[in-house]
Amino acid sequence: MAFGPYLLLATLEGLVTAAVLALMALGLSLVFGVMRVVNVAHGEFYMLGAVLAWWVASFFGGHPALGFLAALVLSPIMVATIAFLAERLVLRRLNYEPEATIVATIGLLYIIQQLALTFYGPDARPVQAPFDMRIALPWFGYSGYKLAVIAASILLILVAWILLTRTRLGLIMRATQYDRETAQTFAIPIDRVHAGVFALGAGLAALAAVLIVPIQQAHYLMGHDPLLLSFIVVIIGGLGSLRGTVVAALLIGLSDGIISMFFSPTLAKMLATLLVALVLVFRPQGLFGVAAR
Amino acid sequence: MTEFGNVQIASKRGITRRAALQGLGVVAGAAAAPGFVRYAQAQSSEPIRIGFQCHRTGIGAAYGRWYERVTSATAKLINEAGGINGRPLEIIIEDDGTDPARGAEVVQKFANQHRVDLIYGTLFSHVVVGSAPAAGELKIPYYVVSEGYHVASGKMNRYCVQPGITDVKAQVRSVAPWIAQNLGKKVTLVFPDYAFGHDHRDFFGPALQAQGGEVVALVPIPPTETSFTRYLPQIPRDTDVIYHVMVGPAVLTFVKELGEFFGSGGPQLFGFIDSLEAVDINSPGLEFLEGSHFWEGMSRYAQPNMPEYEAVYRRTVGIDENGASVNDPNDVSTAAHMFGCWETLYVIKAAMEAVDYRGPQDRAKMIEATEAMTEIDAGPEHPQGRKTFNGKIHQVFGEQNISQVKDGKLQVVHRTSLEDGLYEPEADYTTMPF
Repeated sequence: MAFGPYLLLATLEGLVTAAVLALMALGLSLVFGVMRVVNVAHGEFYMLGAVLAWWVASFFGGHPALGFLAALVLSPIMVATIAFLAERLVLRRLNYEPEATIVATIGLLYIIQQLALTFYGPDARPVQAPFDMRIALPWFGYSGYKLAVIAASILLILVAWILLTRTRLGLIMRATQYDRETAQTFAIPIDRVHAGVFALGAGLAALAAVLIVPIQQAHYLMGHDPLLLSFIVVIIGGLGSLRGTVVAALLIGLSDGIISMFFSPTLAKMLATLLVALVLVFRPQGLFGVAAR
Repeated sequence: MTEFGNVQIASKRGITRRAALQGLGVVAGAAAAPGFVRYAQAQSSEPIRIGFQCHRTGIGAAYGRWYERVTSATAKLINEAGGINGRPLEIIIEDDGTDPARGAEVVQKFANQHRVDLIYGTLFSHVVVGSAPAAGELKIPYYVVSEGYHVASGKMNRYCVQPGITDVKAQVRSVAPWIAQNLGKKVTLVFPDYAFGHDHRDFFGPALQAQGGEVVALVPIPPTETSFTRYLPQIPRDTDVIYHVMVGPAVLTFVKELGEFFGSGGPQLFGFIDSLEAVDINSPGLEFLEGSHFWEGMSRYAQPNMPEYEAVYRRTVGIDENGASVNDPNDVSTAAHMFGCWETLYVIKAAMEAVDYRGPQDRAKMIEATEAMTEIDAGPEHPQGRKTFNGKIHQVFGEQNISQVKDGKLQVVHRTSLEDGLYEPEADYTTMPF
């Protein structure tokens, strides 16, 4: 294949990775930014989103778009509810102590994973894409649905951006992130904000999973790699920064797509990890993060 | 950090040493209890215990599920017919997570804790390679149903045998001539980047060259990969045939992306059915497979003129004419491999009967009896077909199916002969000490 089409394919693949990664990392970043909780179970919320999407879609016959749309709405809501409960029952009782919450979310990771294994089973199951379209380019064919994933992700990130910067809800979240105590003095119920943000973060991960599940199947171990990549994105972009997260997701997604196609996927992972190390050494707050106060 | 200061070690909170000891005693008693159940008629009717190392979880889970179903169906059938030497079979299952390290642990657990007579059933080659040394050290027979060349290579040990399924080297030597004559001479190999895939890589090239063909490119893919489009541009434009073999939970994604990339106008496809095991061939997005060819150890779809014993086999293990579970048409079987469990259990039965197996003291004799086997006829105990066993390399040889997708079903279009797969042995286990 000539260089041009090769690069085009690599870029498309990279954009799909970036699109999903941006959504998922956004959730992780929100949770850290507002709550100062490092959520190690974030990948399992992603997995849960995919598994529940399969479950919801399996109730719908007829056109596959029906089941998919239902999953797109219901699965994130269900995952957000589970996250909300986990926050109320576990994280709040730990007073959001950084060390304790890391251990607690590791525990959550294993509980969710093993429950999925017990009730969903060890198999990979597909959710049918809402539409089946192959775009035939002169050099290769490409899935129309993958392009739709990129578009959907851009749309959802815009919505998240508007929510954070243009609404009262966003103002409350940003205030809590900026200074928890002062926010409380201004009668912001930070306790409820925490629960809401944790649920929102998990919901975003689930949303990313529903988008990806027609491409990759739902499997109980699928949360691992995206979690690592999300952490990489969040560290590079700066914890708690929406702009940083999106830029870093693009950077990591595209470099993953292009490097793994021209060289090898292992090299792409190595470079991403190296970038994390460099960022941690030279700019610990991340590319767009604000230095800790 | 005040929270941590308040956490106390449990024993200081009032669990006394006496209470702890009592608890321990109860637990130990409960654990030991089954061991005290003795059989009234002494040893003669005590079950023969077979440890089944099963891929219940991990990337081999779909195979594990069906290996388990076939194993329990076969054991039931053997028991209904009077068991082995008048003793019933008891299958004890441990999950190895399709992981070599856990596989070795499971072998030790079988030998030391469950005290089984032998271990059986492993499929994934890296698990066999990881577990066989433990079986050798513990001097416990290890009957694998794994396909890899590792057993025949002589790199395992005297206790590791593969009598129920052919190995990759024989399989690729059988299909290579047919590919070169019917599909094309320039072949690109897409394979998983671990032992099993390396067997395909190492043995297909020479076999194809012998037919005047050549492998134009190799595309190794990590076995845990979930996205494949990025690898497909490595397939050269002048390829006649894409030879694909993929494993793990992402196989459906792999085949779908292959279809998206090439459409129906791409090179010819020859796949090992591994790329589609446990996957419905009529899944949306797989329409492009129509007309393409697959290797199948045993056919997934019921063939029009199959012998009666094959029909009995299919009924007994519970698959319908499309090769899916009779209880759930979406639960597609791993038909091309799982017959190996059935056949291996019957080889174990034959070997045990030949030496009048009484207990672990007869393990070496049992291996020798297996090594002494040669011709194995097709029939109810060996429904996949005629086989011959080579005791020197502990490997069985047999016939292979080449099937074509026609109207959304796999139809056997060619059956290779047993001799097509034979090769010169490169090892001799029988000279190794027990």
